[in-house]
Amino acid sequence: MKPTADLGTGYKLVPGTGPHRASEPLIFERSVSGRRGFSLPPLDVPMPPAGVTAWIPAERLRAAPAALPEVSERELVQHFMKLAHQNFSVETNFYPLGSCTMKYNPRIHEELTALPGFSTAHPYEPDAAVQGTLQLLGELGQWLGDILGMDGVTLQPAAGAHGEFTGLLMARAYHEAQGRSRKKVVVPDSSHGTNPASAALCGYEVVEVRSNARGRVDLAALHRAVDQDTAVFMLTNPNTLGLFEEEILEISRLVHGVGGLMYLDGANMNALLGLFRPGDMGFDITHVNIHKTFSIPHGSGGPGGGPVGVKRHLVPFLPGPLLKKEGQAYRWVEAPPSSIGRVRAFAGNIGAMVRAYLYIKTLGAEGLRHVAEHAILNANYLKARLKTAYTVPVDEPCMHEFVASAVEQKRLGVKALDIAKRLLDYGCYAPTIYFPLIVEEALMIEPSETESRQALDQFADALLAIAQEAKTNPGQVQMAPHTLPVERLDEVRAAREPNLRWRPSPDGARPQGALQGPGP
Amino acid sequence: MANRDALRFTKTHEWFDPTAGAVGITEHAQEEISDVVFVELPNVGTVVRAGQEAAVVESVKAAFSIYAPVAGTITAVNERLRREPALVNTAPHGDGWIFTLKAQDPAAAAALMTQVQYQAWIVTEKDSGGVHAEHS
Repeated sequence: MKPTADLGTGYKLVPGTGPHRASEPLIFERSVSGRRGFSLPPLDVPMPPAGVTAWIPAERLRAAPAALPEVSERELVQHFMKLAHQNFSVETNFYPLGSCTMKYNPRIHEELTALPGFSTAHPYEPDAAVQGTLQLLGELGQWLGDILGMDGVTLQPAAGAHGEFTGLLMARAYHEAQGRSRKKVVVPDSSHGTNPASAALCGYEVVEVRSNARGRVDLAALHRAVDQDTAVFMLTNPNTLGLFEEEILEISRLVHGVGGLMYLDGANMNALLGLFRPGDMGFDITHVNIHKTFSIPHGSGGPGGGPVGVKRHLVPFLPGPLLKKEGQAYRWVEAPPSSIGRVRAFAGNIGAMVRAYLYIKTLGAEGLRHVAEHAILNANYLKARLKTAYTVPVDEPCMHEFVASAVEQKRLGVKALDIAKRLLDYGCYAPTIYFPLIVEEALMIEPSETESRQALDQFADALLAIAQEAKTNPGQVQMAPHTLPVERLDEVRAAREPNLRWRPSPDGARPQGALQGPGP
Repeated sequence: MANRDALRFTKTHEWFDPTAGAVGITEHAQEEISDVVFVELPNVGTVVRAGQEAAVVESVKAAFSIYAPVAGTITAVNERLRREPALVNTAPHGDGWIFTLKAQDPAAAAALMTQVQYQAWIVTEKDSGGVHAEHS
């Protein structure tokens, strides 16, 4: 007997009868020997008698041909379109993935980024041939400096964590230039996992500071943690609970007082645009995840961008080469010897930068401030609606996101994970769960500014209905999802026995279970 | 495996057997972090300070640092965990031990919590409401 899911809309969905009845088989399972998706004209260049392999050193040749899928173009397109249609994405669903800022990506970005001047530029072209791209990079760096309140910006880092590493390398170079060898990086216990990881990669010892009962940095604990050996204090503001660190100026004074540097993890910049500048809060170094804040598609790993801004005293350490404007022309120049050197091939992910440039240019200063204001308003609206059924550990006005907890539901046997899975049945992507670790059964919700009041209400209604189900029919939540192509996956086995490669079955037959479902 | 009453406990949810020197995570901690999928073991011979990270336990939720309960030297690691990380869940106080430690100061364990104190402490920590640290 399969469980049914009452969506509260009058529809009852039974697994196997939903919109995506059968799981799409792997493309390997669609393969038919000898089928081709292309046809090539006869070869018109001379070949060695033994074939093209005669030109390839023997040790570079594989023993047997690669087992590639053999499908027609029609089957190929059908396969990937079906997969795309099964996907939850920012384009198709509400996507409140806390700390990741998954906002709508305006279509005009795609059209303009595809302009051949940007999309076909080669990094080895002479500066004179790519002046448009260089001007865009120059202006973007300038604007990011203005938004962050920083004096110098590098666009090279390819993502946020790469930006952190770059920022910390500059901090280390700065301390070394002062003749100091400091060993510690201090982070709050709610920090993004990449912060301690970047610090460790940079050779620092990581010291964690406990949050206070209001979810903020505990000033007394920070006071005990920082000393003459502290190189950097890394913080995100608003912090991981979506709360503004009101004592940020005092925190900066404390850290600067022992000669340490202040680093802002700019992942939550969406809450600050046009309202606050990290530079004014006392931060010396900031990265900004442009793929989050400035609307660049970044599911499954990008490509994104993690530009880093620094205050004047750190400018000599910026990665090179540097972009210089002479008259109306831009050109790349060598960085000074104090530079930490190059951190990325060429100029970074240009496509991401074109989109960030367009986002800033289209919205303007006023528009960017509205982004932050609406992101904050949306998060507070959702929090107000949801706190009737879910625990909100720190119930104070939040910034662009907030953390709720499913502790009440856990007493009924329904965990944050179950609620996240059940949300998929209601057509919403799940929020971030079990992060930050300082909140039990955490649900970290970030609606972003691009959602309408109706979309927010739909999501709140779904979560409230699930809270009700946890009381009346917990099994339905624990067994979710019921309406998707696949039921709950065995995440534990997947992690313990990662098996990432398709292999043909020994007898050459199609694997059992493939192509099951409603049939052709 | 020593008598449960002889074990000592940390606020970061490690147990320490002062006789055998074994260290693992508590039943409560394994319950909280859920299914363990990987354990990063220390090298034998490593000298650790009390409270220093000595191992990492990775679950489907997140990666958690395991801190040395007392200062000392790592004398053995549980090789079985490399292939069977689930032992941390199924037998946190038995076959799921993580490493053994020769304490620098044999009396250092006295400063840690007893079983009764630890049980009382996790209840207070749970009931404190608001935000709490949950290392393990």
